[in-house]
Amino acid sequence: MCCPQNIPAAGRGKHLGFAWGPGDILVYETHLKPKEAKGPGSPFIHEVQKDEDIYSPILRKLFNESHHIFVGLQTIRDDLPSKNKKPQFVSVSKNYRSVIRACMEELQQVAVSSQDSQKASQYENQVSILLAIELIWNLCEVLFIDAAPAGSLLLHLLDWVRLHKTDDDVKMRDVLQSESPAAHHSYWDVPSGNQTLTEFDVKWRHWHEEIDRCLQDNSFASNQHLETICKILSGDVDTILEHKNLLSSWYHFLVTRLLYLHPTVKPTELHFYAQTSLSMFLETSVTEPLDSILLAAFEFDIHQVIKDCSIALSNWWFVAHLTDLLDHCNLLTSHNLHFGSNLREFLLLEYASGLFTHHSLWQLAVDYFDHCPEFGRVYLELQIERVPLDTERKALKVLRICEQRQMSEQVRSICKIMAMRALRNNRLGSALSWSIRAKDAAFATLISERFLQDYCTKGTFSDLDLIDNLGPAMLLSDRLTFLGKYREFHKLYGEKRFADAAKLLLSLMTAKIAPRSFWMTLLTDALPLLEQKEVIFSANQTYELMYCLEELTSSLNKTVPSPDQPMQDDEIEVTKVELLRLALARNLAMAIVKEGTVEA
Amino acid sequence: MFVARSIAADHKDLIHDVSYDFHGRRMATCSSDQSVKVWDKSENGEWHCTASWKTHSGSVWRVTWAHPEFGQVLASCSFDRTAAVWEEIVGESNDKQRGQSHWIKRTTLVDSRTSVTDVKFAPKHMGLMLTTCSADGVVRIYEAPDVMNLSQWSLQHEISCKLSCSCISWNPSSSRAHPPMFAVGSDDSNIGYGGKVQIYEYNENTRKYAKAETLMTVTDAVHDIAFAPNLGRSFHVLAIATKDVRIFKLVPLRKESTSSGPTKLEVQIVAQFDNHNSQVWRVSWNITSTLLASSGDDGCVRLWKANYMDNWKCTGILKGDGSALTGSSGQPTAMSTVVGSSLQSQSAFNGMSAGRYFFPSLDSPRVGSRYGHLLPPPSLIDNCEAEPIQPQAQPQVQIYRRPSRALLPLPEAEGH
Repeated sequence: MCCPQNIPAAGRGKHLGFAWGPGDILVYETHLKPKEAKGPGSPFIHEVQKDEDIYSPILRKLFNESHHIFVGLQTIRDDLPSKNKKPQFVSVSKNYRSVIRACMEELQQVAVSSQDSQKASQYENQVSILLAIELIWNLCEVLFIDAAPAGSLLLHLLDWVRLHKTDDDVKMRDVLQSESPAAHHSYWDVPSGNQTLTEFDVKWRHWHEEIDRCLQDNSFASNQHLETICKILSGDVDTILEHKNLLSSWYHFLVTRLLYLHPTVKPTELHFYAQTSLSMFLETSVTEPLDSILLAAFEFDIHQVIKDCSIALSNWWFVAHLTDLLDHCNLLTSHNLHFGSNLREFLLLEYASGLFTHHSLWQLAVDYFDHCPEFGRVYLELQIERVPLDTERKALKVLRICEQRQMSEQVRSICKIMAMRALRNNRLGSALSWSIRAKDAAFATLISERFLQDYCTKGTFSDLDLIDNLGPAMLLSDRLTFLGKYREFHKLYGEKRFADAAKLLLSLMTAKIAPRSFWMTLLTDALPLLEQKEVIFSANQTYELMYCLEELTSSLNKTVPSPDQPMQDDEIEVTKVELLRLALARNLAMAIVKEGTVEA
Repeated sequence: MFVARSIAADHKDLIHDVSYDFHGRRMATCSSDQSVKVWDKSENGEWHCTASWKTHSGSVWRVTWAHPEFGQVLASCSFDRTAAVWEEIVGESNDKQRGQSHWIKRTTLVDSRTSVTDVKFAPKHMGLMLTTCSADGVVRIYEAPDVMNLSQWSLQHEISCKLSCSCISWNPSSSRAHPPMFAVGSDDSNIGYGGKVQIYEYNENTRKYAKAETLMTVTDAVHDIAFAPNLGRSFHVLAIATKDVRIFKLVPLRKESTSSGPTKLEVQIVAQFDNHNSQVWRVSWNITSTLLASSGDDGCVRLWKANYMDNWKCTGILKGDGSALTGSSGQPTAMSTVVGSSLQSQSAFNGMSAGRYFFPSLDSPRVGSRYGHLLPPPSLIDNCEAEPIQPQAQPQVQIYRRPSRALLPLPEAEGH
């Protein structure tokens, strides 16, 4: 049974309606039996969010930097032999940990300097959690990634405990350091590799026997303090426990025990000592989540560690990154988890999906999905479509990501949404360029029609730059081609290249590029060319123009005049046609004469 | 989980439906007060009502958004036996300044003889298609052939389901491997009338919808139904709200080349939850289909999740606490009084653990802990000038300081 989250101002026992949103769920009081009449309920709609971490500006650094480390880790070459890869993995692990520590330090500073006590305690809590995370990660690094063997294992554990002691342990440190230097000297020789484990073991046993002998001899009977130290050095557990207040935790106690009793402890023996240390140190048998996790680690039960961490923490960041690293070390499979890579992918997908709802962190999520071979792509396709396209810049950013991954359907859809939005706001140029990018011929046709309609009513084109520079995109739709060519005609006319303009105008009709509905406009555009002093249209061209006019008028005659059409329109049309016929006839005459005249 | 903000919806009667638009930046609400309101989310996360208008002459049951590829379009359905389509008109500049927009009715669909219980747009790859279902047992599918002219809709299919219909859900899969498919639920409570969920599939040859399957094991009244978003799977997942929450897997069986009927589906039940202990009225999937929410007679909203082993568990519960919300809307003033233990409140990394589904916890979380704060060792904090923080007063004398307090409790060890 889960613990219920209360929603305020919703009546107890009243029905709750809900609606899923990106990253949240809206909840409201309602009554779900439709046939029963009920009075108005609570008027509030509550926005319930799961995880506020992604909105924390300090934690954002954690997400950003760990993303960088993650991506670097994915590119470590698989074909290297494992002995070359291990130091790299250890280095990656240390990088992650240093990022956690940096975040912790910053949070601590903010906590201390904060005036708001509620916020301060919030920050402190976050620091606590990061401390726990770093503690666990560090232990995992020692046991699993570095996989220290007996001998150096203890040294690593000592380092681990040292890093996580409290300031109260200054006293303990003093105690430790007050031992006879000789004893310590030989001790710390181990890491240099000057002696083998067996050699060390022999030396240590010898030393231990000497301590014991001292105690038996009562050599230190006169000095209580020295005797206590001696007892501790000999690994007398009771004495150590008497000084519990100097140890910060049961795992500190564990390492102390190992230090004085079993310095050559093997990794496989750890869990026994851990269990017993825990029960000896803690008075109650109730364990905290952290204890269970650490125990599981000492037992080398990686899966249990991941499981417990997933439950104890509500953000997926930690388990996702740690599991990914362990998977790269091939530790998930070697521990006989047949769902090893599934688990890694599952956790990464969860983490990345959480990032996707954030207005800028979603870009990090893309890389995580890229490295999930089974479901990464489909998750990305589904979620990237939902990124709100607030600005053109953001839309272009999203598009680039989709285009890089050949997500053509998403590209088309996003362009279409932008085109539609532009069209609704009457930004025809923007709508057209989005349609072209979407390769949406139907929409491009629609927008071209709008342009042409605009021209008919206003007499000018908008967005000339765009139309002039269509290039091959012009071929997307017939109407678009016509728009481009028609604009070209106007340019030629403007440059007074009348012969070229005339030729183009004619071809628009004869090649059937222009829609029939536009022919009258084109023919009317021909009038100024026909009425120039100089003959522009040749005789043949004039014949063709006449033919077009006849084609047009005959089809117009065929249509039954509707009773709604005002008589004036018809009259204007008739006048126009007459004007054209006259102009064409005159031009024909002049053209024939010109062509028949032999140049002197 | 926590309540980030509360919006005063200002409807004069019960709210029946709330619907987010595709990008999660707009919201539509509908009510028994016969109106629909549209809300826009500003950059700082605040919601503003940008339109409110009377839509029907009866309670409005559902409101839904079309895909933004078709523009800003809404559909609503009502007790008044009609469904309507609305389009936002880009207004005058002074409207924009006032933060208002106008919606106009594009069409009214009057074919139903009884209350229209659900209205849904079909997946966008099918074009602009609207589906309604009514208490008269008929599912109607309308199409707007010209996306730029939303006043023209034609009734393409009229499917009689024989039983009073309460809900429809389209299969969102746009894969070519699956022809268009939708599910209809009936709230007829007579068990003798057979299965209350019917699945229909489009047939390319007959150009009609034919029944592919009836879920015979669902004999109680069905109140809501929802296909899960398809994540590249070869099978379909369907959630049903009936006397309990049920999740079905529908596996298409290989079609013989000679067969011309609908695809045969193998029906498997994936999960069944009776935690609501009462009628379940709504089910809905989140965007990635990783979470299912259900709402029941017990006044709770429950969240369900599958882990990587495909085991389903309850991962969260929301319920009204009957308290009054003070303060103006937008301020989560009741947050601290509402949330259970202080541990579970505003702190990050806390709240409902999403990992809980691994196995059910047996206890409610323990408040407090025997350990106080861990003071970070001085070695890690170099430039901290202030006094070290005094640990908060705890009932016991705190000697041992550990970082564990902030972690959520694990279930009692039962030999995991």
